[in-house]
Amino acid sequence: MEKTIEASGICKKFGDIQALKDITFDVNEGEIFGFIGPDGSGKTTLFRIIATLLHPGEGTMKVLGLDSVKDIKELRKNIGYMPGRFSLYQDLSVEENLNFYATVFGTSVSKNYDLIADIYSHIEPFRKRLAGKLSGGMKQKLALSCALIHKPRLLVLDEPTTGVDAVSRSEFWDMLKKLKQHNITIAVSTPYMDEAMRCNRVALIQGGNLLSIDNPENIRKGFSRKLFSVRAPEKYKLIIALRSFPEILTAYPFGDSVHVTFRNDHFNDAIYDHLKKSGIGNPEITEANAGIEDRFLELMSKPAGTEAEVHGQQTE
Amino acid sequence: MIASAKKVEKTMDRKKVISVKNLVKKFGSFIANDNLNFEVYEGEIFGFLGANGAGKTTALRILSGLSSPTSGEVMVAGYNARRDPEKIKKSIGYMCQKFSLYEDLTSKENIMLYGGIYGMTKSLIKKRTQDLLNRLDFNEYGDRLISDLPLGLRQKLAFSVAVLHEPKIVFLDEPTGGVDPITRRQFWEMIYETANRGITVFVTTHYMDEAEYCDRISIMSEGRIVALDTPAELKKQYAANSVEEVFVKIARPKE
Repeated sequence: MEKTIEASGICKKFGDIQALKDITFDVNEGEIFGFIGPDGSGKTTLFRIIATLLHPGEGTMKVLGLDSVKDIKELRKNIGYMPGRFSLYQDLSVEENLNFYATVFGTSVSKNYDLIADIYSHIEPFRKRLAGKLSGGMKQKLALSCALIHKPRLLVLDEPTTGVDAVSRSEFWDMLKKLKQHNITIAVSTPYMDEAMRCNRVALIQGGNLLSIDNPENIRKGFSRKLFSVRAPEKYKLIIALRSFPEILTAYPFGDSVHVTFRNDHFNDAIYDHLKKSGIGNPEITEANAGIEDRFLELMSKPAGTEAEVHGQQTE
Repeated sequence: MIASAKKVEKTMDRKKVISVKNLVKKFGSFIANDNLNFEVYEGEIFGFLGANGAGKTTALRILSGLSSPTSGEVMVAGYNARRDPEKIKKSIGYMCQKFSLYEDLTSKENIMLYGGIYGMTKSLIKKRTQDLLNRLDFNEYGDRLISDLPLGLRQKLAFSVAVLHEPKIVFLDEPTGGVDPITRRQFWEMIYETANRGITVFVTTHYMDEAEYCDRISIMSEGRIVALDTPAELKKQYAANSVEEVFVKIARPKE
């Protein structure tokens, strides 16, 4: 299989800050590859290196078989980049922005219209409106249209859905899925765990380290313990009570319940008595399936670098 | 289900700290808030959800005394939002994702500044500052500039500062955007602890999984409240497995 991105041993420093530590990974052609991690984990730095906007420091970044430093001119024709901050011209209209980007890349809107038709049709009714006056969801669609108008082979999307509501987020991911039909490879970063499940493979990134790369299902299955879900109306009391039970290893809030693991994975009945004494009358305890977020929490709470799991191929 | 029904019953006898009746806010011919009606109780964690542009920020600005309703009656912490916005401002705390602390001041300086703005005495500020730094395990960061702190720590500090003066209500506008899952959980535990002390927490978020942490949630769409109940009740009502599903079913924005 063709590799669209091959990153090898990338270490990037800004002054004393080590933003990326020995980053190595491959992205296959036609894949939606997600980088999941919090603010400050190094996602944006990595994406700027992929998009040829930053020097990789140590190591090499090969994109579409070309070197991100030496072959920068050739590469830029084939990469579409959507930065995290809205960076279109706010004082140009929707239509003017799109025409501008097409012209800069030596093409025209009509030539590649089929590629963006699905996305652009949502904002076409507002084509005369200034980009600065668009809503968050519309800005995002325009930015994606502009990043696609030169028909890139690789699309680099840095937190495209941050600050966007759940409905628009879901629509956005439907659009990305459709782009796969055009054989466009997509590298996308997000702080939302649920979006990880919509990628072919994901890399968990924290503090400049890659914690794990695999398809989302395998990452989820990597959760190493038995997980229980505890429900009771008074959540704060419940968390405090659970943590004071010596057999309990971890207890953290998870939606409307508390996720709990026991030492030695052994469920201890005495928990019911303990909770009763703590004033929790009728707790509902069930075994739970770990989600990708549970696994990420498990990986994150280990000291960085103690667990390097990099395996797994694209699944379809 | 029984548990949640009990809970609703319990909220009935609780004290109302926010009461909104027929709230309308217009900007020219545009209706940003179209006849809102809801109540929020003491010590409740109330999630205020809606798509971008649904009118959440407008309502939040009215509730926090920054903007006046076009019509309708809004009572917050016992004060009328039209007549006594200044008194409301003194009774609430406010934190948002975009700006909360001064980056070129240290943690301690920020705490002192806000304490002063809230009109607290010097000795009380001193005491609360130390309590707060201890509780957050923050002593090593006390003299560090905010700009040097990671986002998660800033947000935790910002939240603590927003409740420094023990307000009746704290408004949180997307407090956890971009924060890692571990810190988000610690943040929510701080919210639980605060609500447990009797402070009402009014929170907006785009993370639908976080909506599940709330006691009750309302969902706004095109200026109106289209749903309001406990997360469990809403999931039942819309035959959905998550609040996210409920949201996608009913909050579809028109652009």
